[in-house]
Amino acid sequence: MIARARPAWWLGAAVLLAVLPWVPGLQSDFGRSLLSQMGIAAIFALSYNLLLGQTGLLSFGHAVYFGLGGYVSAHFMRAINAGLPVPIALVPVAGALAGLAFGIAFGALTTRRGGTIFALISLGVGELVHATSLMLPSFFGGEEGVTASRTKAPHPLGLDFGSQLQVYYVIAAWLLVAALLMHAFMRTPVGRLCNAVRDNPERVEFIGYNPQRVRFIVFSIAAAFAGLAGGLHAINYEIVAAEALSATRSGEVLLMVYIGGVHHFMGAILGAAAITWLQVSLSDYTTAWLLYLGLLFMGIVAFVPGGLAGLVTMHLAALRTRALAAIARAYAAALPVALLASAGAITLIEIAYRRSTQPEAGTRMKLFWIPMDTAKPWPWLAAAALLAVGAAALLRLWPRVSRAWASAGEELHGRG
Amino acid sequence: MADALAVTAPEAVVPAALELRDVHKSFGATSIIRGVSLSVPRGERHAIIGPNGAGKSTLFNLVSGRLRPTRGSIRLEGQEIAGKRAFRIARRGLARSFQVTNIFPRLTVYENIRCSVLWSLGYRYDFWRRIDRLRDANERAEHTLEQIHLAGRRDALAGVLTYAEQRALEIGITIAGGARVILLDEPTAGMSRQEAEHTVELIRSLTRDRTLVMVEHDMGVVFGLADRISVLVYGEIIATDVPQRIRANEAVRAAYLGTVDA
Repeated sequence: MIARARPAWWLGAAVLLAVLPWVPGLQSDFGRSLLSQMGIAAIFALSYNLLLGQTGLLSFGHAVYFGLGGYVSAHFMRAINAGLPVPIALVPVAGALAGLAFGIAFGALTTRRGGTIFALISLGVGELVHATSLMLPSFFGGEEGVTASRTKAPHPLGLDFGSQLQVYYVIAAWLLVAALLMHAFMRTPVGRLCNAVRDNPERVEFIGYNPQRVRFIVFSIAAAFAGLAGGLHAINYEIVAAEALSATRSGEVLLMVYIGGVHHFMGAILGAAAITWLQVSLSDYTTAWLLYLGLLFMGIVAFVPGGLAGLVTMHLAALRTRALAAIARAYAAALPVALLASAGAITLIEIAYRRSTQPEAGTRMKLFWIPMDTAKPWPWLAAAALLAVGAAALLRLWPRVSRAWASAGEELHGRG
Repeated sequence: MADALAVTAPEAVVPAALELRDVHKSFGATSIIRGVSLSVPRGERHAIIGPNGAGKSTLFNLVSGRLRPTRGSIRLEGQEIAGKRAFRIARRGLARSFQVTNIFPRLTVYENIRCSVLWSLGYRYDFWRRIDRLRDANERAEHTLEQIHLAGRRDALAGVLTYAEQRALEIGITIAGGARVILLDEPTAGMSRQEAEHTVELIRSLTRDRTLVMVEHDMGVVFGLADRISVLVYGEIIATDVPQRIRANEAVRAAYLGTVDA
C-alpha cells in the first residue's frame, strides 16, 4: 500500500542520506562507494517495483532500460568530455529520456498482455537487446563497453566529481527526486489504476479503462527511471558494458524487490541496500555468497511473503501491543538455537565449497576462528550435528513464537 | 397493462436504452444465443429469467463487451455497440456487475469505488494530478460508499470483506460511475432471505431514474423489482411481458416457472 507521505518523512530521508557517508564504517571511500551503489540499485529497484509490486507485471528484462540508459549516458558524457557544456550531474536526464524512449518502443509490443505472456516476452526482449549489444560495437563498444570521464566536464558549484563523496551526493539527490516522483505517481489516477490492473485487469475494462494502456504507461515510466539509474551507473563507474543490460542484472533487481518486499514502497529500497551490501561485503568473506543469496531468496519467498519491509512493519505494529514481551521472550529463546543451526549449516557449506571449488587451497581452513581439516571426518560430523540439534530445537521452540505473534495479531485486529 | 403501454410508448421518439436485434452467439458449432431481440426502454427495470444454461450470463457478456456476438445488432441509446471492447461500452454509459464477485481485492473499499468513478468524471490516464485532490471524485466516492452502506468499512481491504459486503461493493463499483444503463448479474446469488431483501432495497434506490437489466434466479426478487420480465430458454426469448402476465403464461410455466412456483 502507498500511504500518504508527509513532508517530514521526506525531510528525514534527506537528512539520513546526507548523514550516511559520515557514519563510522561508511566514512571511507569504500563505504561511500558502497552507498553509491546502493543508491543506484535503490532507484532501479523502485522502478522495477512500479511493475512488479504495483501493477503485477513480472519482468525478466528490466535491465534493458537500465543498460540502454547507461549506454546513452556514457555517450552523452563523451560528448561532454569533447566540449558539450552540460554539467555531469544532469547526465541521468539523458539516461531517463533514453529509458523512456526504449520503454515506449518496446512497451508498445510487450504490454499488450499481462501475466505469463508479458513475463516471457520481457525475457525475449532482454535476450534480443543483449545479443544486439554484442553485434553493434560502434554504439555498445563491444566487450570492453563504453568508457567516459566524469571529471573532464564543466564544474558548476565546484562539483568536479573528484571524490566518491561528491558522486554519492549526486546519486543521493537523484534518489530522493526519483523516489518522490515515483511515490507521487502512485497517488495519481493512473497510479491507482495500476493497482487495480494488478488486482483484476478484467474488471478495469468495465470501469472504463483499457488495462493495456495502463500497463503501457507504467511500463514506460518504469523504463525512464531505470534509465535514470543507468545514467548514475555511468557516472559512478565511468564505464558501461553489456553486463549492465544482461539477464543477470534483470534477475538481480527481481531478487532485490522480492527480498525487500513488493507490497511496500520502502521494500525496494531495503532490498536494494541489502543485496548490494551482500554483493560487496559478503563476497569478501566467502566464495559461496551467491548460494547464501539464493537461500535468503528462497527463505523469503517461502516464509516471509512481505519481505524485509513486511518484517519491519510487522514488528513496528507489534511494538504497540501487549504481546511484545511474549514475542521478545520467544525470540530470546529461539535465537541461540537458530544461531547454532546456522553455524552448522554455514560450516557444512563452507567446507563443501572449499573441497569442491578450491582444491588447490588445501584441506586446512579456519572457520569461526576454529582451525579444521576438511579431509578429516570430524568437521563434517560436528557441523551436521550442530545443524541437526539446532534445527530440532528450533522446531520445538517455534510454536512459542507463533503463539506470541498470534496473540499480537488478535490484539491488533481486535482494535480494528 | 396500461402502465406497460405508457412506459413503452415514447420508444418511437427516444431510442430505447438497450435494443438487441437478432443477436447470435456460437462457440464453434454450439449455439448459445440463437436470435435474441429485446428492447428495454429508458427507466425500465427489466429482469431476464430462465433455466440454468439458457444463456443469460452469455447475453450479458455480449451486451457488456466481454464477448463479441457472432451476428446481430446491439444498440445502447441508439448507438451500435455490438463487438466493441468492454471499456468503450462502459464509457458510453453501460455498467455491469458479475455473478461471481469481481472486485479489486487488495485495494481498500474506498479505493475500489474511487477508481470506478474516475472515467465518468473526465479523468483519463492522468499522472500529473494527485488523486486525493480530485474533489469531485472523492465526494462521489464517499457518497457511493454511504449509499451502499459500507462507509464503516472504508479502509478495509476489499478482499477481507464478508460475502454480503463484497456483493454490496460489487454493486457499488457498478453504479459509482453514474452509468445510465445498469446490468446486474444475479445480485442476490448466495444470500440469505434477509440479505436478499436488503439488497433489493439497495438496488431499488440506486437504480432510480436509470435503466436496469438484471439476471436473477430468486423469483421473489424478480417479481418485486421488475417492470417487465423476459424469459430466456435455450438461447431464445420465449416471452417478454409484465410480471402478472409472465406468471400466467403457459409456455413460461412449462419451461421454467412451474417447478419454482409449485
